[in-house]
Amino acid sequence: MASKGPRLGVLAAFLVTLAACGGSSGTTTATDVGITSNSILLGNTIAQSGVAASYGTIANAENAYFTYINNQGGVNGRKINFKILDDAYAPPNAVTLTKQLVEQDQVFAMFSGLGTQTQTSVRDYLNTKKVPQLFVATGATTFDLDYGMHSFTLGWQPPYQGESRIYAKDILANHASAKIGVLYQNDDYGQDYLKGLTDGLGSSASMIIAKEAFDSTAPNVTSQLVKLHAAGVDTLFIFAIPVPTLTALATVTALHWKPNQIYLNSVSNPASYMKFAASKGAAIDGVISVSYIKDPTDPQWANDAGMKLYRTVIANCSTCDANNGFNIYGVAVAYTMVDVLKQAGSNLTRANVMSIAATQLNETNPFLLPGVTVKTSSSDHFPIMQEQVIQWQGGATGGWKLQGSIIDERGTIK
Amino acid sequence: MQELTQQVVSGLANGGIFASLALALVLIYNAMGLVNFAQGEMAMFATFIAFTLINHGFSYWFALPLTVAIAFAGGVLIQRVVIRPVERAPVLTLVIVTLGLATLINGAAGFLFGYVPRVFPSPFSVSTVNLLGAYLSYQDMGVIVVSGVVLVLIYLLLQRTTIGLMMRAAAHHREASRLLGVRVSWMLALGWGLASAVGAVSGIMVAPVLVLEPNLMQTIIIYAFAAAVLGGIESPLGAVVGGLIVGVTVNLAGAYIPFVGGDLQLAVALAIIVGVLIVKPNGLFGRPSVRNV
Amino acid sequence: MQLIQQRLRTAPPRYWLVLVVALFFVGLPTVVSSFQSSEWTQVLIFAIVIMGLNILVGYSGQISLGHGALMAVGAYTSAILIHRYHVDYLVTIPIAGLLTGLVGFLLGIPALRLSALYLALATFALAVVTPSLIKRPVELTGGVQGILIAAPDPPQFAKDAFAAITGGPAMTSDQWMYYVSLFLALLLFWFAWNIVRHRPGRAMRAIRDREVAAATFGINIAAYKTMAFGISAFYAGVAGALYGVTSGFVSPDSFPLALSFQLLVGTVIGGLASIAGPLVGGIFTFWLPIISSQFVSSQPWIPAQIASAFQKAGPAVTYGALLIVIMIFAPNGIVGLVVAGYARLQARLRGAGDRGTGQMPPDPQTV
Repeated sequence: MASKGPRLGVLAAFLVTLAACGGSSGTTTATDVGITSNSILLGNTIAQSGVAASYGTIANAENAYFTYINNQGGVNGRKINFKILDDAYAPPNAVTLTKQLVEQDQVFAMFSGLGTQTQTSVRDYLNTKKVPQLFVATGATTFDLDYGMHSFTLGWQPPYQGESRIYAKDILANHASAKIGVLYQNDDYGQDYLKGLTDGLGSSASMIIAKEAFDSTAPNVTSQLVKLHAAGVDTLFIFAIPVPTLTALATVTALHWKPNQIYLNSVSNPASYMKFAASKGAAIDGVISVSYIKDPTDPQWANDAGMKLYRTVIANCSTCDANNGFNIYGVAVAYTMVDVLKQAGSNLTRANVMSIAATQLNETNPFLLPGVTVKTSSSDHFPIMQEQVIQWQGGATGGWKLQGSIIDERGTIK
Repeated sequence: MQELTQQVVSGLANGGIFASLALALVLIYNAMGLVNFAQGEMAMFATFIAFTLINHGFSYWFALPLTVAIAFAGGVLIQRVVIRPVERAPVLTLVIVTLGLATLINGAAGFLFGYVPRVFPSPFSVSTVNLLGAYLSYQDMGVIVVSGVVLVLIYLLLQRTTIGLMMRAAAHHREASRLLGVRVSWMLALGWGLASAVGAVSGIMVAPVLVLEPNLMQTIIIYAFAAAVLGGIESPLGAVVGGLIVGVTVNLAGAYIPFVGGDLQLAVALAIIVGVLIVKPNGLFGRPSVRNV
Repeated sequence: MQLIQQRLRTAPPRYWLVLVVALFFVGLPTVVSSFQSSEWTQVLIFAIVIMGLNILVGYSGQISLGHGALMAVGAYTSAILIHRYHVDYLVTIPIAGLLTGLVGFLLGIPALRLSALYLALATFALAVVTPSLIKRPVELTGGVQGILIAAPDPPQFAKDAFAAITGGPAMTSDQWMYYVSLFLALLLFWFAWNIVRHRPGRAMRAIRDREVAAATFGINIAAYKTMAFGISAFYAGVAGALYGVTSGFVSPDSFPLALSFQLLVGTVIGGLASIAGPLVGGIFTFWLPIISSQFVSSQPWIPAQIASAFQKAGPAVTYGALLIVIMIFAPNGIVGLVVAGYARLQARLRGAGDRGTGQMPPDPQTV
């Protein structure tokens, strides 16, 4: 009779230990290529020279965040080493450099590779080798949408099609008689946005009465805008990267054209570009866009804890301009990467990290707008699908003002 | 009708941009019988120098002539250091050297100034003027007017001064000019300096209309080549007229020829280059040349 | 037998060098990793296209700044045949070469009317326009989405042979493509060597050096010049097809202006009008960006300031500077430098007694 107590105690202790171990699926520690006892090696290819070089700062900002985390002891005792290689935005370079990172440098995972064509060129290779292609720095919808065929690839930022579906919703709700004209860049970027808008309008797609494409080698977009104006467009969409976007805004004003609404895509909406457009004479008040991330130049975040953290982090990068929207993007996506690594705990295998990223994320990111969560599940592999409509107010010295509430697009893209 | 007028007027505005850079190309050709592939990059770099000066507090009207002077000196320096050693070399060598220069300057600009686009001020305002129902901004007109002024100055220099004569002689009849006492090498340096200065003016005028960044002139230079070739590579007047024609043609082709569309406008410039070179290689205002055994 | 022995004895040292280099390349994948073999495959691919470009520029004296566009023709021909028509990838390579050769030949016709400078201009504009032109026929080229090409599996005989020699892991796709590229490179080098040694080569050199005089000698300028264009395009087409298959993906951004420029640079730096030059050019073209952006910054003995400046300035500044320096000091490229140095060494070794004989130095342009 006296032995029941201790036996129960032993049983209890045994069960508790079992429960504690059960969380990591029975294995206690597991590592993989690119992991040592005190480091994790991540690889990246991005354009740091050539025509797309202005994006190159993103990788430096990500590195700044990793430095910050390393200074605090790293992730579960391991420091993150981040190897950044310049592919000059050309797919053959991306292929060679990615192979190098995987086969020679033996990275654990590829993180935040930039460019739709470049990341498409290495997607099959990485998936065949089962190396995670995490959080690619492009909004091309395919990277989230085609998870079923490429389970080692995942995007992060809201897909372009998701964004333009939000615009479509806004149009149908508030401007049902709009005559839409679209100026779009003739590449995967512009075409993806256009598809989202068209799909989002559904049966009302005929509201788009004119579409003009332009190539990055065109001298400017004036002739396209003249045609859109002449076609009677009163609602203009600009799906272009920053430089042509801001020249387009200036040209619209120069043509004495006052569309009822102008919609800008989120990549080109950082306040610095808007002010640039204003300095060229563009009338930017009332321009609409969407955002999912905090803008460092927005005074409403001056005392925000997340923004303060960002400023601390970005100081680790001597060449990064803290006011550049690309840099807060880099810090935000690096935050998610660290989050995933932390969640993997001691089971640092590629398969586990990929599984967490693609199916178990549920993160509140201090650099994203309040209310936006980074979330994935077994049926939904689009990490960020919420954005908020913003409208520019206050002219050349103003800023973006949040409108309404967060719009959720989860589940709409199949 | 108004759309067509606007397309033409906007095309003229673009044409002014092409013309301003084409003038620099024509100057170099007049000085050494060669087109400088690095002209656009040199113009861009000079504009960045102006930008840096203005950022450090110099007034625009002080920075501008200072930059032009620096650009002149830079052009002379480049000719002395880089071009002179290969003066007598075949065309291929010179082409490659200027291409190397273009790459070097572009990379240096990216390294020194970064790739973020910058605002560059203009003495002209952005407000517009109504021209037969179409709109043209003062800045665009400024580009055309300044190109015209530069054109006149170049014409006067080349055709009405002794120095201009010496320059042209040195370019086309090297040995004979030497015999006549012309300092051929320094004429070439002068030509490079002047072309660089004209390029700087072009960059300073164009940067406010477009955006100041290292890749500013990368595609503009091709349109400028088309303008120079169309007008006759030796003729400054041809450069300006050619520029305006190219600007209007590219706009109209993009707007009204469905095959071209908005995405193949550069191909129109290519077609102009090839077409002119095959049909009438001397362009509109050029003179035929003779090739010796 | 006696003839062979005699030939072997009198063969110039160059021939032995070629044999050694060839053997080196044949044996390379057995001692380096699969990844490193894939890097050398890229070197060989560049060497092939530069060999073709060399025939055009070095031997026939016509400038092309648009060979990237020709590579694109070859790459897309191959990709489209594989993807849409399910043609075997090996068969697509010669087809790509021939089709591109035809395109080049047709390009050569208007090129006849353009002087050196204008030809450079026109081909430069072509190279810039190429990505836009590729995007246009979306049905055919896939537009901006590009075309994916599955990595080819090595055939069984190759796998067996490789396994027998190395006794290690099975032959990878990268290693197989290395051998395919090497085989084609050797074949095409041999072909080029024969062209330049015989009449076409002499005719082209005559055209290059004194065109008007050559015409008076009865050389058919137009025929040889367009032929040079066609041949160099054929090489570019073959290289382009290999480029696409080894990358596994072709897209408009795979053929930017920078590529055309790098090819011309590689040709000149390797050494114009030489057979060995293209190999050096290929090595240079592939390795320079990697060395300038990765190697320099990882060497501990280079001060951090210099290393980071080097890395950030990027390959562009290095390219430009190197190009200018080489054109000024060594217009015959690296091979020219080596040959000149060797000739001087030989003259030294032979002693002062030869100075009076008036012997001409060996011509670096004949092989």
